[in-house]
Amino acid sequence: MKKLPLTFMLLMLPTWAAAETVYVTLEKDNALAVVDPLAGKLLNTVRVGQRPRGIAMSPDHSKLYIATSDDNTIKIFDAASLKEIGKLPSGDDPETFAVNPAGDKLYVSNEDDSMVTVIDIAKKKAIKQIKVGVEPEGIAVSPDGHWLVSASETTNMVHWIDTKTYEISDNTLVDSRPRALSFTADSQQLWVTSELAGTLSVLDTKTRQIIKSISFEVPGITADTIQPVGIVIDSQRRYAYVALGPANRVAVINAQTFAVEKILLVGSRVWNLAFSPDEKRLYTTNGVSNDISIIDLDSQTVTKSVAVGVYPWGVAVKP
Amino acid sequence: MTIVHYWRAMWGIIGRELWRFVTQRERFISALVRPLVWLFVFAAGFRAALGLAIIPPYETYILYEVYITPGLCGMIQLFNGMQSSLSMVYDREMGSMRILMVCPLPRWFLLFSKLLAGTGVSILQVYVFLAIARAYDVDIPWLGYLWALPVLVLSGLMLGALGLLLSSFIKQLENFAGVMNFVIFPMFFMSTALYPLWKLKESSVLLHNLAAYNPFSQAVELIRFALYGQFNQSALIYTLVAFLVFMAVAIVGYNPSKGMMVRKGGL
Repeated sequence: MKKLPLTFMLLMLPTWAAAETVYVTLEKDNALAVVDPLAGKLLNTVRVGQRPRGIAMSPDHSKLYIATSDDNTIKIFDAASLKEIGKLPSGDDPETFAVNPAGDKLYVSNEDDSMVTVIDIAKKKAIKQIKVGVEPEGIAVSPDGHWLVSASETTNMVHWIDTKTYEISDNTLVDSRPRALSFTADSQQLWVTSELAGTLSVLDTKTRQIIKSISFEVPGITADTIQPVGIVIDSQRRYAYVALGPANRVAVINAQTFAVEKILLVGSRVWNLAFSPDEKRLYTTNGVSNDISIIDLDSQTVTKSVAVGVYPWGVAVKP
Repeated sequence: MTIVHYWRAMWGIIGRELWRFVTQRERFISALVRPLVWLFVFAAGFRAALGLAIIPPYETYILYEVYITPGLCGMIQLFNGMQSSLSMVYDREMGSMRILMVCPLPRWFLLFSKLLAGTGVSILQVYVFLAIARAYDVDIPWLGYLWALPVLVLSGLMLGALGLLLSSFIKQLENFAGVMNFVIFPMFFMSTALYPLWKLKESSVLLHNLAAYNPFSQAVELIRFALYGQFNQSALIYTLVAFLVFMAVAIVGYNPSKGMMVRKGGL
């Protein structure tokens, strides 16, 4: 019995170590929600600008980038104080963007102009514009920094841009309305969700060809409401998680066998996903039910949903 | 009368009820099939129908089968309570009730023992049902199964007492259909077993109020909260008071000099 308090303390340790903060952009509230995910509580709501959508942390976790679409800019916030410390020239109506692993460049999809803009963060200047397909949306940089990939929704194409030359070196046709992209941690595969087709394509980075197409079935849910959007893959490439939009579900995919192993119920119109730093939890933004859901990845169960504000869109996690 | 007499009488009654339960395998199976049909068929049809609102004790979105599981535990106990009352009427017709009632122990004690026996049987049925539900992906926290036990004793006693009360009013076995129509169905459907209160309010405030004050609803909510490790004080008090009232009236009802038995011409 003497061992009990010690065991209890040991059990508590990882909880302290894993203390983290979740940031959620609220499209309709023009604000950023700050959530303590372990307590399952909304801590604070900070006004950030008109129609905030895309959100990302700098690799050193000191800065937060938020695309305020109706302000036509990407704002830079100090991650500790949440004070605005700068703006980036993103072009009109920025929605999604990606930061390179070195943390010095930011790549923005300009949906209306069919362009990808390359921004030098330190100089706060656009240094290059790359012409891509119609309505570019999803954008990702490979972890090795070699590839910048943009998906154009209307052209149904993935454009492979070499980050040394900023020229398109290859294109891959994927299923209709590609929405979000994610590289595996080893940069060997690119996973692309197609919203209208309701599928997920796995591409091999070497050949840039589709090696697997995955479709989803949810009992009792019609196929047209299964619209895959946000996708994340864990660093060990064991599992991938896909937000299924208006199907209100997150699909759990075995990243080795590509089998859909589980479907989890979350809030309404689940949109974007983010891991906790230790990859023990997954956070989902549920656009219509105005909350985020917290998924425990050890047990693969949804443990809690926390109301955050109107139209939660993007999510970023600070360790 | 010593405590040994009480003990012997109580175990006599409980033993008889358990024996009856074990030997009547059809009864056990039918008691299980009823909630399972609701879980596998009815809940499947309504999977996405519950709409979106997180209500305590749930902390996130749940499927309909998860919602109705505590309600079906209540249903098992409700039917079990009624089944006990049915067997009381049967005992009365067969004459074995007379043997029980001439036992020189207080009437309330005999009735309470009868009630306890029925509750024990219903709890066994509930746990078998919960085990099957778990295999069907209705995951309840492990500790929840433990917290539910004391709560199931109280809810079982309350619903059993209601059955006892009703059995004191029923003269013949044939009248049991009336109990089904006028007690079991309204109680079950006008409760939170199948739909949450806010959903009922959308269609009718009267229905909402009837369901809110339905003792069966309170028992179901008590079970629901306990299964998720939470304590619902108001439901506990409501269920306890309902049990005491039903029990008191049933004891009066079974008193040959005062109760319903006089009007019916004895046992």
